[in-house]
This record gives sequence, structure tokens and C-alpha cells, in this order.
Amino acid sequence: MTDAPILESRDLTIRFGGHAAVDGVSCAFSRGTLTAIVGPNGAGKTTYFNLISGQLPATAGQVLLAGEDITRLPAPRRARLGVGRAFQLTNLFPNLSVFENVRLAAQARAGAGLSLFRRADRLTDLADKAMACLERVALAGRREALAATLPHGDQRKLEVAIMLALEPRIFMFDEPTAGMSVDEVPVILDLIRRIKAEGDKTILLVEHKMDVVRSLADRIVVLHNGRLVADGEPAAVIASKVVQEAYLGVAASDG
Amino acid sequence: MIDRLLSGDLPRGRVLSFLVLAVVLALALAPILFPGQRNLDVAARICVFIVLVASYDLLLGYTGIVSFAHTMFFGIGAYGVAIASVRLGTGWDALAIGLIAALSLSAALALAIGLFSLRVRAIFFAMVTLAVASAFQILASQLSWLTGGEDGLTFRIPAVLTPGFRLSEEPILGVMITGRTLLYWGVFLVSASLFLVMLRMVNAPFGRVLQAIRENDFRAEALGYRTVVYRTSASVLSALIATLAGAMMALWLRYNGPATTLSFSIMVDILLMVVIGGMGSLYGAILGATLFILAQNYLQDLMKQAAAATQGVPLLPELLHPDRWLLWLGVLFVLSVYFFPSGIVGRLRGVER
Repeated sequence: MTDAPILESRDLTIRFGGHAAVDGVSCAFSRGTLTAIVGPNGAGKTTYFNLISGQLPATAGQVLLAGEDITRLPAPRRARLGVGRAFQLTNLFPNLSVFENVRLAAQARAGAGLSLFRRADRLTDLADKAMACLERVALAGRREALAATLPHGDQRKLEVAIMLALEPRIFMFDEPTAGMSVDEVPVILDLIRRIKAEGDKTILLVEHKMDVVRSLADRIVVLHNGRLVADGEPAAVIASKVVQEAYLGVAASDG
Repeated sequence: MIDRLLSGDLPRGRVLSFLVLAVVLALALAPILFPGQRNLDVAARICVFIVLVASYDLLLGYTGIVSFAHTMFFGIGAYGVAIASVRLGTGWDALAIGLIAALSLSAALALAIGLFSLRVRAIFFAMVTLAVASAFQILASQLSWLTGGEDGLTFRIPAVLTPGFRLSEEPILGVMITGRTLLYWGVFLVSASLFLVMLRMVNAPFGRVLQAIRENDFRAEALGYRTVVYRTSASVLSALIATLAGAMMALWLRYNGPATTLSFSIMVDILLMVVIGGMGSLYGAILGATLFILAQNYLQDLMKQAAAATQGVPLLPELLHPDRWLLWLGVLFVLSVYFFPSGIVGRLRGVER
């Protein structure tokens, strides 16, 4: 762990009309840490992710990657700089094979996309990498299936495999286990644990399940109505009064 | 060898492979198998349209871009060759200069349209191409001092490629090999090569990104692909190939005019051929173009015979009158879209899966 943050947001804000969905969030993430971002529905967690990975333009504030301002860079540039994103609502290439979905990510990482006359199926290093990523999420057996035909849980795994193939510096998981069956969840959690164990990868995780958060996270950041309301060690944050009221109270009543 | 030529993207499916092979062989041997001026004309037109339709499929089927300017690029190629031959005098150098000028103009136009409008929504791009193509068509008919206006331009080509030239005084394999036959084989070879080049492009990393953009451009961006760059490149490449097809068309006809290469009815024909053949598979272009142009040229003959055969039956001869051929072409189209929504290729591949 180093002290200089690999990723930082400074007063990051986005307004839709008069409503600030993310409102002045300042937060720094150190290399090799896993930070869970929690908060009730509509707190702005996914919007915050979109501001960092570039799907939405910030109204105000800054995003810094390794000290460099990336606030104005478009999403593809940020992806190539190492900001990896697995989406909450599954976001795949539906009529391409599972394998091709991941191979495209490996190809993007290798910067080989503009090659016009080489055969894609002859680029074996990309294929090998794609297969390795599929094996890590236990999807190698479905490689030929069209992404659209996978059951929901497998689509979520594929989403994660795509991010693995990008080999990012920042892994952003947006509720990776939502909608997964009980026996599928450990595959993803183990995977996140293993990425974390590599030591140099920075992980941001939006997650609702408190037991997951408690077992994985080094730190918890709580968003509420677009604002950062708590930030610290998991045990301390979960115990704090503001969180009990703002988030856990809501979660408890949600069941 | 075949795998290498076809970039590992074989037709797949026995019926489909057979049909594609049959068309290619028939086209290759057309001067021997189907002698006669008219038959050779149809065969040459099929070759040119396979290239034209395949290059359009690069946009529509592979990248998911709807463009109405494809005939504009086809026309630019044809006008390039025609104008250069008229102005600079008959010769290979005139053909080369015309072709290079046409390719440059097409690339510049496609690049401008792409950079200007491919960032935004698909419908906007379609509208811009429609506007530019209309403007170009009007321009072509107004600038009659250059383009010959509505009458078009008739020009001469090097004598080796004309019917007057004989390779030998004796027929070979029962066929007189004239300059016309040589030109046909030239058209065939260039078309086949362009098709193979396109097949390679769609199976290259570049082509895979195009398909990714068609499937989910938002996701492609999140992977790090600059979709504007890919869309614009696809549109420029497609325009260049359409330009080459246009040059071949003009060379074959020794004539070019707005109705031959620029008109919107050709744009509609291209769309129909892509859809009938099957979008997103270049082999669809082979089958779609062949079927459509055969119908266009021989349906009337067939109907004449059918009308004669049904003389005496009420109503039928009227319906089968050769003047109704467009009606039947329309019926064929509706039926094929209804029963083969994924085109002939999609259908044939689906059956054997």
C-alpha cells in the first residue's frame, strides 16, 4: 500500500436539472485497497461510478487517476488508462459468443482493434487470455453460447470476465452478485478476494449485502442523497449513528 | 488454402456452400457456359453488384450504420472513369487518373460525413447521407458540361477491352475470346478479389470491433474502443469499395449516367439485395445480388412464357403479363422477408444448426 492515491475524486458533482445526483463527493482511493461503497437506493452510487469511468460528464469537480486529471477524458480513453468497469445492469454484446465478448476486451487491452488484414482467430495470445479469464469465472464450458442466451447469473460472471480481460488498474464492481443464485455468489466473491490478494489492484465495490461488505472491504464509504456521509473502517462505519439511520435503517425495513 | 483465402469464414452449411460455389463457378465460366451478349451483361452486372452489396453490408449488417449515400460513391467511381476518358482521351492513363480522382473524392466525402455526423444518433447520420446524396445527384445532372447531364456520358475504352479485339482468330473451347470476354474476366477477378479482401476485413480484429459496435456501442466504448474512429473508417472503406464497383460498372457499359449508377432506385435495390441475401454475412451479398439481378433480367421472359402457357384461363394471363414483373418482384420480396427474416444465409444456416 502506498500513500499517494491512485484514484481520487474532488468535489465531484453532477446535476440533472436542479437535482444533484452526486453532490461534492471528495474521496481518495489508495493502491491495493478494496473500498465498498454503500448507501440506499438512489444514493448516487452508480452515478458516482459513471462519473469516474466516464459514462457521464461531471458538472463540477475533478477525477484524478494517479494524480492526473481525467475529468474531461471520454470513456474509451479512461478505459485504456486502466479504469475497468463491470456494469450493474448487464451490458454485453448479446449476439456474439461468450468467448468473443471476452476476446474483444482482450483485443481492446492489446490495442489491436485497428488491424485490418490480420485474422482475428489467429491471434492466439488474445484467445488464450480470453479463455483464462473465462476459466476464472467458471464459464469456460459455455464459450460458444451466445451471450444473450446465458442465464442471468452467468451473464453477471461474463461481465466480470470482460473486466478481467481488460487488466485494469482500477476494478469497479457494481453489485456483482445481484440476482445471482446462492451457489454462484462465492465464485465471484472468491474472484474479488483473489484480485485483492494480488496486492496492486484497486477495487471499488458497490454492494448491498452487509455480510459481503464486512468480509471483503478494507474501508466503507457511505453515500446518501448524493453526499458522502461516512468514510472509514468497516466496523466503525457500520456502528456509526449516521449510517444506522441513513442506510441500515432503510436496509432493515427493506428486509 | 481455401480456409486461407476465405479468412477462416467459410459459408457453413452444405446447401449454402453449394449455392455459393455454384454461383462463383457460373460467374467464372459465364463466357463459356452462357454465351451471348445479354447473358454476359447480366453476369458482369452480378459481379459488380456482389461487390457493391457486400460493401454496403459492411455498414448495415456488420456495423449497424444506415446510409443512403452508397449509390453516391458508386456513381463517383463511374463518373470518375467516364469523365476522365472523355476529357483526357481514351487510354489506360485516363482510366487510372479517373479512378484515383474518384477514390480521393469518395474518401474525402465519406470522411467528412462520418466525422461530422457519426458521433450522434444513427437516424441523424441516415438523414445526412440522404441529403448529401440528393444534393450530389442534382449536381450531377445540373453540371451537364462535365457530366453530360441526364443523358450521361458515352466513352471509349482501350481497344484490348472492346468486342472488336480478338485474342485469336480461332474460337477457344467453342467461344470467340474477344476483348469483351477479357474485360468480363477482369471484372470477375477484381470483384472476387475485393470480396475476399472484405471477407478478411470482417474477420480481422477491425471487423470484430465493428460487430461489437453494432451489438452494443456503449459497451464497446467502455472497453476502450473509440467508436467514432471505427464507424468512420468502416464508412470510408465501404465508400472506396463502392467507388471501385462504380468504375467497373462504367467500364463495362462504356457509359455512365445518373440513372445507371446514381439513382435512388439503385439504392433501394441494394437494400433489397442485402436483406434478401442476409445481413451481417458477406455470403448474403453473393446470393442476394445474384437472385435479384436474375429476377430483374429474366423474370419478364419467364412471365411471357407463363402468360402464353395460360392463354384461355381467365385473369391469369393478365396477371402474368410481362409488364407486371415489378408486381411479382414485390411479392417475392415481401415473401422472402416474411419467411426469411434473417435472409437466405440466415435461413440456410439456421436449418442445419
